Amino acid sequence: MIRPNALTPKLVLSFGALVVLGCIVPLIVEDYDSYQITVAFSYGIAILGLNILTGYNGQFSIGHSAFFAIGAYTAAIMITHFGWHPYATLPFVAIAAFMVGFLFGFPALRLEGLYLALATFALAVATPQILKVDALEEWTGGVQGLFFDKPDPIMGGMSIDQSLYYVTWIVFVVLMALTWALLHSRSGRAIMAIRDNPIAASTMGINTALYKTTTFGISAMFAGLGGAFFAFANAFVSPDTFNFFIAVYLLVGSVVGGIVSIPGALLGGLFYVFGQEYAEEVSNLSELIPPPWVTFGIFLILMMYFAPFGIWGLIERGMARLKRPSSS
Amino acid sequence: MDLFLQLTLAGLAIGSIYACVALAVVMIYQATDHFNFAQGEMAMFSTFVAWALFQATGSIWLAFVLAVAASFIAGIIIERVIVKPVESAPVFNQIIVFIGLLMIFNNLAGWFWEHTTKTLPSLFPEDMGFESTLISSHNLGVIVFTLALLLVVFLFFKFTKVGLAMKAAAANPDSARLVGVSVGWMLALGWGLASAIGAVGGVLVAPIVFLEPNMMSGVLLYGFAGALFGGVNSPGGAVAGGLIVGVLENWARQYVPGGSELGLTFALVLIVGVLMFKPAGLFGRVVVKRV
Repeated sequence: MIRPNALTPKLVLSFGALVVLGCIVPLIVEDYDSYQITVAFSYGIAILGLNILTGYNGQFSIGHSAFFAIGAYTAAIMITHFGWHPYATLPFVAIAAFMVGFLFGFPALRLEGLYLALATFALAVATPQILKVDALEEWTGGVQGLFFDKPDPIMGGMSIDQSLYYVTWIVFVVLMALTWALLHSRSGRAIMAIRDNPIAASTMGINTALYKTTTFGISAMFAGLGGAFFAFANAFVSPDTFNFFIAVYLLVGSVVGGIVSIPGALLGGLFYVFGQEYAEEVSNLSELIPPPWVTFGIFLILMMYFAPFGIWGLIERGMARLKRPSSS
Repeated sequence: MDLFLQLTLAGLAIGSIYACVALAVVMIYQATDHFNFAQGEMAMFSTFVAWALFQATGSIWLAFVLAVAASFIAGIIIERVIVKPVESAPVFNQIIVFIGLLMIFNNLAGWFWEHTTKTLPSLFPEDMGFESTLISSHNLGVIVFTLALLLVVFLFFKFTKVGLAMKAAAANPDSARLVGVSVGWMLALGWGLASAIGAVGGVLVAPIVFLEPNMMSGVLLYGFAGALFGGVNSPGGAVAGGLIVGVLENWARQYVPGGSELGLTFALVLIVGVLMFKPAGLFGRVVVKRV
């Protein structure tokens, strides 16, 4: 649970099956469902960044909505002002979000967990205001935001939503694989060593400052990419879309999915979109049922008592229990 | 000059509200080493309770006193029931529990009272007995009232047995336990006091901003900024920090180009700046850790 799974044929097979399954989905569901799942993936990508940062490196952020916004706005500005193709903006989105995250990681270095959470909290609360500033209105569109077209289908015979779904899914899958590879590398072991015991890690010769800022940058980069896909799927960006609560919801998705896991990010993204929709429907049934985010708040606190590793943690524990009798 | 004085006095008024929030934050921080990210939402909820009681009773002072008392009890209950189970859990679990509380209160308020803005009248009379163009009666009342409140809190911690026990429980739980202080209950009491002080801040700020479920997120941010600026382990420093932040914010809004729309950014810059260059704050002591 604490470290990612080893490279076994089973892992490769189940990952391959997941990829294929993801590719079949848009063929059997409506376009609107494809759109919703695409949004879930975009959150999932951001949550994956959060998992790397918090789950594997032990740094906190309750401000990932800011990096989500940076990604979305970078893409939107390049599309509307410079006429770029949406997908061509992605490398720049990644660089921009990484840079900002890396720079924000510097003050973060001096801050222990809690202070970092505070600094990122401040960042998230201030973000919508910064996006609305008059001086930047020419670029950001001010309060109204920016509108553009969804990317054209990548292949004939596909609808716009299906096409975007596939691109998002492929990027998500690649990022999951890259995350796994990163965590299995020498750098990944250093990242986790810093989480487990920073003092011991630096005694072992790990440059904790460099690793922490870089991890923050990578995490922000993932959030930025997620934000860009979120912008593509909705075809517009506006300041109030990226309020502090987006950061909270991303964190909720991360915790519910399983913060110390890679597949948890996918579960978290899906939970964010469909859990909310389902809870909304349930709460509409009666005046007495609280709105979704009250229920989720309670759910979140209960998870901290009973299942701090989230849904994926429960799945892994269940699988371990199934395995035990045969191996002993 | 008049404008400058007006800005400064209005800054002191809003700053004394930040001071309340900062003090609430610092009280919990001292006792538990944690920032309560739900502090603002709890205060907002208390303010809504005050509003509902005002609608029912017609007396703002009665509503205020009842809401503060209710917040005190609710704070104790929250600590005992919700926070206690994660007392010894990693920081992460605790932050998530605070985030959970934040979500619950924010959305409960929206559910009970809807997202429309409400107005809560000022606690203080319009007519203050003399004429002044420099400060409104509400702002004057806020400054006087919070200063008096902070004095009471100070005396409570300095001279009462319970106050001393609470300080002891926060400073050195093990020794406090040995001399018979019930550390757990002192923590709960601290939560109760913090949420009561937060409620005072909420009711005082409501006539200035509008009463709605998101009204406190900005105030909490300024409260955090004040707490950090003054020093997170110094209650007096937190109060001073809150006042300074209030005044600085008002000056910045007027005199810095584009400042009027960047208030929260100012808080962000202040927080990051303090954390980078003087993490102990103005009046805090530097914590040295043995490894």
